[in-house]
Amino acid sequence: MSLNIIVLAKQVPDTRNVGKDAMKADGTINRAALPAIFNPEDLNALEQALRLKDANPGSTITLLTMGLPRASEIIREAIYRGADTGIVLTDRTLGGADTLATSYTLAQAVKKFGNYDIILGGRQAIDGDTAQVGPQIAEKLGLPQVTYAEEILDLKDGKVTIKRRLENGVETVVAPLPCVVTVNGSAADCRPRNARRVQKYKYAVSPSEKEKLSDEMKAIVDARPYLNLQEWSAAYVDADPEQIGLPGSPTKVKAIENVVFTAKESLTLGNDDEAIENLVKELIANHTIG
Amino acid sequence: MANFYNDNPDLKHHLTHPLMRKIIELKERNYTDAEKYDYAPFNYDDAMDSYEKVLEIAGEISGDIVAPNAESVDHEGPHVVDGHVVYAEGTQKNLDALVKAGLMGISLPRRYNGLNFSLVPYIMAADMVSRADAGFVNIWGLQDCAETIYEFADEDQRMRYLPRVCAGETMAMDLTEPDAGSDLQAVMLKATPDEANGCWRLNGVKRFITNGDGEIALVLARSEDGTKDGRGLSMFIYDKNDGGVTVRRIENKMGIKGSPTCELVFKNAKAELCGSRKLGLIKYVMALMNGARLGIAAQSVGVSEAAYREALAYARDRRQFGKAIIEFPAVYEMLSVMKAKLDASRSLLYETTRFVDMYKTYEDIARERSLTAEEKAEMKSYSKLADAFTPLAKGMGSEYCNQNAYDCVQVHGGSGFMKDYACERIYRDARITSIYEGTTQLQVVAAIRHVTTGTYLNRIHTYEQEEIAEAYKSLKDELVKMTALYAEAVEKVTGAKDSEYLDFMARRLVEMAGNIIMSYLLILDASRNESFDHSARVYCKMAQAEVAKHADFIANFAPNQVEEYKQA
Repeated sequence: MSLNIIVLAKQVPDTRNVGKDAMKADGTINRAALPAIFNPEDLNALEQALRLKDANPGSTITLLTMGLPRASEIIREAIYRGADTGIVLTDRTLGGADTLATSYTLAQAVKKFGNYDIILGGRQAIDGDTAQVGPQIAEKLGLPQVTYAEEILDLKDGKVTIKRRLENGVETVVAPLPCVVTVNGSAADCRPRNARRVQKYKYAVSPSEKEKLSDEMKAIVDARPYLNLQEWSAAYVDADPEQIGLPGSPTKVKAIENVVFTAKESLTLGNDDEAIENLVKELIANHTIG
Repeated sequence: MANFYNDNPDLKHHLTHPLMRKIIELKERNYTDAEKYDYAPFNYDDAMDSYEKVLEIAGEISGDIVAPNAESVDHEGPHVVDGHVVYAEGTQKNLDALVKAGLMGISLPRRYNGLNFSLVPYIMAADMVSRADAGFVNIWGLQDCAETIYEFADEDQRMRYLPRVCAGETMAMDLTEPDAGSDLQAVMLKATPDEANGCWRLNGVKRFITNGDGEIALVLARSEDGTKDGRGLSMFIYDKNDGGVTVRRIENKMGIKGSPTCELVFKNAKAELCGSRKLGLIKYVMALMNGARLGIAAQSVGVSEAAYREALAYARDRRQFGKAIIEFPAVYEMLSVMKAKLDASRSLLYETTRFVDMYKTYEDIARERSLTAEEKAEMKSYSKLADAFTPLAKGMGSEYCNQNAYDCVQVHGGSGFMKDYACERIYRDARITSIYEGTTQLQVVAAIRHVTTGTYLNRIHTYEQEEIAEAYKSLKDELVKMTALYAEAVEKVTGAKDSEYLDFMARRLVEMAGNIIMSYLLILDASRNESFDHSARVYCKMAQAEVAKHADFIANFAPNQVEEYKQA
């Protein structure tokens, strides 16, 4: 059967390579100093979506992202890897959204999109690490949710079987479709960009990007409908202005503290098996490892 | 998180060489494919942008997947299960990634689902994959056997096989046998017509076959009963789906351990003729080998790059006598010579690749329409240059690769002798480059006629005429003197009309030509991009000493002194 798959993704600052200018004086992230990347676990989610598409020919994958207009970069990135198209949900009024406002807005966009079989997203984004948006969307849409998914094992007869990665092992669950699945970083890495797709879609643009193109490039984009990405506004998804952006965000950051870890005490070990064995035992006893 | 394209700006320098505009225009037939294929470029900038974007993918896979897997692949290696090869886990992952990325059939036309890229980006991808894992590049790089099917098989065969290569099926070229290594005329694998089934049947044994269990193989076999030389050999296509070939064993090699080198047993294996009978060795294998030699030249450069980087990183990090060892003249000289050899062999590699690109693209155009007299002349001239430069790039590139691998271990000192550092693998992997697809000694045999007929000297004179930056005028004066020494040596050796004496001196003459050519190429590179300044100067110094050494040896050597070297 062919599926209509939505992948939720976010463009995030690359917090894995943080320099000393990564934070502004007020404790907020200095986005200009960090390269913007495809949130890693959203790539894991995209790979699961692509596998569903491989197994169910004729399926379509739509990437849905909320963010600045430049978030269309990750839509192209997803299309290069096999997604079909994408929507950037962008609006000045959406700025400053916490997870509640974000999940509300995305849920509205999903409702507007309609007709979907499964919604996939990364477990969490590396800029906030809350892991709340996926589950909140499921709640708002009244859908079942499967979190910490590591692998979609099977999808048939309106049901999906999923392996979840939990702290102490794995759990296999079955959920009815449609449902929301958030994918763990331990899932398979996303496949690489495809050479032919990169050449085909490299000029794909959102309406706001298209405006900045030369007439010659505009003509090329006009002649090839698949190069036109969508941009949706808050009004387009019928979002209540009170529930989006800053006004819709009850979370307020009181303070951010820069914590630098330093070793307070040190231990010198003997260079023999017994000393090492004792250390391992101690580390297991205090739950550092094991 | 490493990208072997983005972290090496030298690659972009070679990719954007001025001749590329013409190569791509020819390859894209003035961009007419853009109307038929949604991924075809509509002008040069668009094509170049695509080349770069695709090389970034190859660079990312090389850096993030292939390189990190190299060590485990080296340890695990492939093995034989029920007569077939099972790759090491890392090898399979590498291959899956490259297949999913669509990096198979890179240079094949779009009508077979290829990317229709020029050879330069293909060779560049091979350069990067080799830097990541020299053994793996053999499996992936055998896709250039598809070129032979494209050039010599009929359209029906092309339509059946080439899209499969583009979809990721791997290839093999089954040439050598226990008694036919360098001397392929001795091939015995027997091909007999099976008229009832409209095919051929192959029986016999092949040995040292890289990726011998690949899905599609080109097989050199004796089709003409009772013949004993190369004229009795034809080329066949074997499809693994038809069965009949089993892997008897995988060789246990010193290096490139991830690449399965197979002994194959053909038992009545079904095969089909590729091209015409009797042209197997004298035409098709020669073409196949030239492509393969260019591939080994790329592999050599990639391994050289890996060796240089490992040595540089270690020398910066390792402290002795109170400072980093890179601060000692003995070490920094070694590193700058390594870099100069690396840059020189890479410049020669891409110069050669452009020559091959030019004549092959003209050959391909000639399949669609007749060429103008001017185009024909250009094709002929580039074909000759490709023929002259390929053995030089493979021969000298692989020797430099070995020298760099040796020096890489040396920079590591005692640690380099341990299994803990990548340099020991690089050292083992490098060793094969100067042996397979024709030893360095055989590259000299292929190159020497271009010494005696003047192809190299003419090309050197062409370089002399090219515009260079003011800063290199004095280096060029030295090169003119070196060229005179070379011409003098050639005259002395050829003037003696003694073929054994010529064979004896051939390596020296070929190296002199190579030294001068690579010096010019680096000066031209440095004139276009100052980051090559250092290498141009270091290499020219080294080349000057090498040329003088050979000139001196030849000047003080009487032809009859060859007798003193003869071994019983």
